[in-house]
Amino acid sequence: MNEHLYLWLIPLLPFAGFLINGILGARLPKWLVSTVALVAPAASFALVANAAWNVAGGAALPHTEAASYSWINAGMLHVDFSLVLDQLSLIMLLIITGVGFLIHIYSVGYMHDDRGYWRYFSYLNLFLFFMTVLVLAGNVLLMFVGWEGVGLASYLLIGFWFQKTSAADAGKKAFIVNRIGDFGFLIGIFLLLGQFGTLTMSEIATKLAANPAWTGGILTTICICLLVGATGKSAQLPLYVWLPDAMEGPTPVSALIHAATMVTAGVYMIARTHFLFDRSPLALLVVAIVGAATALFAATIGMVQTDIKRVLAYSTVSQLGYMFLACGVAAYSAGIFHLMTHAFFKGLLFLAAGSVIHGLGGEQDMRRMGGLWKKMPVTFWTMTFAVIAIAGIPPFAGFFSKDAILMAAFTQGTAAGKVFWFVGLFTALLTSFYMFRLWYLTFMGKPRSPELHAHESSWTMLGPLVVLALLSLGGGWMGAGRFGAFLGPVIGKKTVEAASTNLEWTLSGLAIAAAVLGWLMAHMLYRRNEGREPLASVPGYTVLTHKYWVDEVYGALIVKPLLTASRFLLEWVVEFAILGGAAWLLGAIMTFSGAILQKWQSGNLRSYAAWLAVGAAVLLLFALATANGMLTHVGMHIGNLHMNWAGH
Amino acid sequence: MHLVLFILFAGLCVAAALNLLLQKHPINSALSLVVVMSSLAVLYLLLGAEFLAAAQIIVYAGAIMVLFTFVVMLLNAGREERTLGSRAAAVLGFPAVAVVLAVIATVILKAQGLGTVSLSDPITSTADLSRVLFRDLLLPFEVTSVLILIAILGAVALARAGNGHPAKRDALVGTARGERTVGK
Amino acid sequence: MIPISWYLLLSAVLFCLGIVGFLIKRNLITVFMSIELMLNGVNLSFVTFAHMWHNVQGQIFVFFVMVVAAAEAAVGLAIIIAIFRARGTLAVDRIDLMKL
Repeated sequence: MNEHLYLWLIPLLPFAGFLINGILGARLPKWLVSTVALVAPAASFALVANAAWNVAGGAALPHTEAASYSWINAGMLHVDFSLVLDQLSLIMLLIITGVGFLIHIYSVGYMHDDRGYWRYFSYLNLFLFFMTVLVLAGNVLLMFVGWEGVGLASYLLIGFWFQKTSAADAGKKAFIVNRIGDFGFLIGIFLLLGQFGTLTMSEIATKLAANPAWTGGILTTICICLLVGATGKSAQLPLYVWLPDAMEGPTPVSALIHAATMVTAGVYMIARTHFLFDRSPLALLVVAIVGAATALFAATIGMVQTDIKRVLAYSTVSQLGYMFLACGVAAYSAGIFHLMTHAFFKGLLFLAAGSVIHGLGGEQDMRRMGGLWKKMPVTFWTMTFAVIAIAGIPPFAGFFSKDAILMAAFTQGTAAGKVFWFVGLFTALLTSFYMFRLWYLTFMGKPRSPELHAHESSWTMLGPLVVLALLSLGGGWMGAGRFGAFLGPVIGKKTVEAASTNLEWTLSGLAIAAAVLGWLMAHMLYRRNEGREPLASVPGYTVLTHKYWVDEVYGALIVKPLLTASRFLLEWVVEFAILGGAAWLLGAIMTFSGAILQKWQSGNLRSYAAWLAVGAAVLLLFALATANGMLTHVGMHIGNLHMNWAGH
Repeated sequence: MHLVLFILFAGLCVAAALNLLLQKHPINSALSLVVVMSSLAVLYLLLGAEFLAAAQIIVYAGAIMVLFTFVVMLLNAGREERTLGSRAAAVLGFPAVAVVLAVIATVILKAQGLGTVSLSDPITSTADLSRVLFRDLLLPFEVTSVLILIAILGAVALARAGNGHPAKRDALVGTARGERTVGK
Repeated sequence: MIPISWYLLLSAVLFCLGIVGFLIKRNLITVFMSIELMLNGVNLSFVTFAHMWHNVQGQIFVFFVMVVAAAEAAVGLAIIIAIFRARGTLAVDRIDLMKL
């Protein structure tokens, strides 16, 4: 059953939406803009659902659809537009189009009063287009196109309110930091091409499979380069600095791009190229270290943030660290599982936070919130679901995926695995702590800003919240136990359930205990909070509030020297020396040569005559020189003619 | 005979040309030029161009040089003055002339099969000349008459009283330096 | 039995003497006379070649050269008269209004 699944329509429908809204949107009425913007993801989701239905019915995977014309044909490089659907990309597409569609609906309510309504939706559709291309790509280059494209869409959407300097700066920061990662990715692509002669992923996998003893060496280098790209896109150490700043964008954007989909592209990429990483234990170790370190690092910073969206941002960085950790211990399916549940509960967290902010008229500081559980019940209940899910308390979704990761780390086989497990466990405690801190500060206690007249949001915004809440509850049940088997053909044999049941129960119990402990700590400190920060007296608090001064360090070490050098180069070298010098030089040449030539125009008849004679001499010499060989010939020629005429 | 005639008149030609260069007063130069032209007329005869020899005397020596002499006398051009001179003329000009002479001489001397001139060579009759002139080259001939007309007009227009500096309008007989005498 | 090259050499010598005169003479009229000398030298070479090739067109060319020289002399001398009226001098070095 290999019927045409119309894969190419999945990216193209959002692209069409982008074009229509982008070009005509300013002139269309709002309802038309919304309709166009909603039809695209809905249609894409329908196509993906259709594909999923076919797969469930037994369609063969991977299903490739390639365009008949190729893209690049240069020497040994052959790249074409091929879209590949397999289990992994199917899961990703369901998340992207499904959650994306819900967030589109939410945005209709959230952005309703914004002047750039049409622009927002065109950018959002553009993002969907690039993300689907990234996921469906059959070769690394096409994936890179999607990779860059989502970076562009992210820049456009973060800086959506571009008149605000902080938003514009945040957009630039995101794009530039992403670019640094992309540089690593590009080097990786070049190395891949050099090693394998092809960029099509199936061909690379086949070539690797034909050579089972090939490990380490150049493959490690390739994997590290790809990892650099992934850290940039997925906001891991040391390239995570853009994600907290990206909260300047509208909240639905944070939900879609910086929680559910774009930042997961790095994890997807590692899972997609797992056959390379499997050959390099060193690279896998680095991935795991990066993931674990980031998870812990970001969790500590998230503990002391006062802006509700910043807490969620650092939480995202931390959870992405978990996914990287999973990939680092070669439990790719566990990482993807967590990606899916994370999309549900983190998306929900952001959307609910957006609802809170919207209801409070723009207030984002948690110290001024409180007591909202009465005023915004639906938001309250859905957010509670999400908080419990992310804390990792069963039966909510987060428990299953986080547990899978922790167990995979513990049973990895080396001592490093146990360390990773412990770091993961401690981070789970911190996660639970700061999420419940957020929950208490925002919803419980007495209202600290009654003058803001908090009100519940409209059902366009609440509907998606409810759907995501249900998914946060049931998502884990969907995947537990079956995820690894489902993704097996793509990802490899190391699956989630590989240890003894006793160990399983012990580890799960410890995880739950950590989560509950975190809740208890938050309960004690924040239940009756009047706005003071109880953690302020803890040593190291200043370090945390200043986010370990990472931004300042980057600024001093990298940004400032670069800016100074660039300014110097521009103002002095280019402007002054090169351009100014060139202009001055031209003028000077003209003046100088003019001064010399001026002497020639003496008005003196005799010198003119002399120059005439010189010219004549030169011409004669030239004629003599060029006709040198023919001189005697000329003489004879003259003689012949002479003789011809003699008889006349 | 031929050789004697040639040497004599060629020598006269060159000597007169040198005299033209060396004399200070323009009238002497003009008269030397007349000598050059006359000897050239003889040389034309030696080459068999009888009409041209006559034309050379009548037109060149008889009309053009007379015109030159008239102008010299009209303008009362005196002895040449010592003027600034031109360094460029000395430094560049003479070597250039030397080069030109050398190149042409080389070409002439290197050329082979040029032939000789002797007194028994056929003379070009005026009939031959006019045959070509008035039949084949009639148009250029007529054009030259127009040219002469234009030259006449131009000369009249340029040399008319009133041309040149207004103050010198009636200074047809001006001094060499063109100074106005007091009271005129 | 004079070789033709002698006539040609003579013509070259006259021509170059004309250039020398152009270069060293300081009176405008004398300069003009040197130009006439150059023309005469060229005329001689034309006639020589006409003799050599037995082609009467060389002589016709001399004819035309004479016509043009006559016209040129007339106009040139008229110009010299005008210059003398304007500048009051016939010294070549004094007539330098074209100087930059």
